[in-house]
Amino acid sequence: MGFFKKLEKLDRRIIYIVITLAVILPFFFPMHMPIAIQPEVKSIYDYIESLTPTDIVLFSGDYDPQVEAELSPMFDAVLAHCFEKNIKVIVANPFSIMGMGLVEPRLKKLADEYNKVYGVDYVFLGWRPGGFLLILGMGEDFNKTWETDYYNTRLVDIPLTQNIKDYDDIALVLALAGSAAYNSWIVFAYAQYRQKIAAGITAVMAADAYPALQAGQLIGIMGGLRGAAEYEQLVHRPSLGSVGMEAQSWAHVVIILFIILGNLGYFASRKRKK
Amino acid sequence: MFWKKQLPLIIVFMMGLIMTVQYFIPHHVSKWVYVNYVDWAIVIAIFGAFLGYFSFLRVHITRIRKKTSNWVFSIITLASLLIMIVFALIDGKGSDSLFQNMFLYTSAAINATVFSLLAFYISSASYRAFRAHSAQAVALLLAAVIMMLGRVPIGDKISFWSAWGIPSINTVSQWILNSPNMAAKRAIALGVGLGSLLMTLKIILGIERTYLGN
Repeated sequence: MGFFKKLEKLDRRIIYIVITLAVILPFFFPMHMPIAIQPEVKSIYDYIESLTPTDIVLFSGDYDPQVEAELSPMFDAVLAHCFEKNIKVIVANPFSIMGMGLVEPRLKKLADEYNKVYGVDYVFLGWRPGGFLLILGMGEDFNKTWETDYYNTRLVDIPLTQNIKDYDDIALVLALAGSAAYNSWIVFAYAQYRQKIAAGITAVMAADAYPALQAGQLIGIMGGLRGAAEYEQLVHRPSLGSVGMEAQSWAHVVIILFIILGNLGYFASRKRKK
Repeated sequence: MFWKKQLPLIIVFMMGLIMTVQYFIPHHVSKWVYVNYVDWAIVIAIFGAFLGYFSFLRVHITRIRKKTSNWVFSIITLASLLIMIVFALIDGKGSDSLFQNMFLYTSAAINATVFSLLAFYISSASYRAFRAHSAQAVALLLAAVIMMLGRVPIGDKISFWSAWGIPSINTVSQWILNSPNMAAKRAIALGVGLGSLLMTLKIILGIERTYLGN
């Protein structure tokens, strides 16, 4: 088999090994590449910067373990920003039962780090059946819709939630979603109640959300690991998002190189056939 | 026949009509209807969840009883369900509980692992499938390369030409997202929206009846 033929039919195991190295090595030898901040991420940061300690941000953690690597760094970065500014936080999972198990330990860990008190500074609601109906219900009567928090305490007995009536008491909803759940927030909370919404979504979904951003239905978008890394840079808290971007950078470069190699082999063999 | 066909059609028609009309009437009676609808719908969703659990149990118990193919996995599924329930009852569901640790270190880890294999399949597939054999394929290939480089920091690092005022890879990728992508997505969204509206009308008017079963 000729050289170009070999290029066209490279053993997939070689591709797998090179990709593995491209993903793993940057974690040990980071190059600390600067990450440019996109306006759609900066607008979320600016909006949270403009909030006061009396304001409440609702995190909708609707993602599963499959996309945790992209969305949990966003959750951590924005939550740290809110805690840093003493903004009150409510975390719920209206669309993902698995997201409940992913965000709860992270919420507790960060709350401990910033010495936040449960029930006063933050509350965790968890999941309950209903999906978009919960979004509609929160627009009419927040406490009646959820009734209790994740630990079965009635919301009317929790200082942070007892006075929440509807979306007028929520300054921002951050929809972290590995599915079209963020779209339900737009359709039901924005369209019906003009609730301000920001989206933290996976990279493959980001392209879908840009029309909503331009239409003003979203105040900002964090797209994929890059969105998380950008927010980490903004809050000066480089973590998994920033480190992961280096791995993603090299993985993308390797894939592009393989595409070039494959095309070189393809054109060479086509020329020979002619 | 009435209970299975006409009655569901009447209920769907009435509810569709009521909810459509109430949306456009800002009146306290209309509001009352809406609030009650949301309450009832949540209650129905909770019943739906229970129905899902029972259906899940029935499917797997039947498989085990009939020893159909892969019935052993049904035992593992039911055992996992039982174990998680027992752990939640014994130790609660808080941060450091058995329930939470089982989820994080088994279910979450397995899910993430299986999904991460996609990176390998995608790289192998793009090596084999991304061939510049036509003008359209070249356009797709170029857009893909620009997006892949533009969405990672290395795209900025290698854009040495941006110092001469030529747009960097990152800028071009942002333009692709904001202009051609947006135009296409808007057209798709409008089409989907109109399609959904038509489908809703067909359901309300009883033209579309597949939800009734056969």
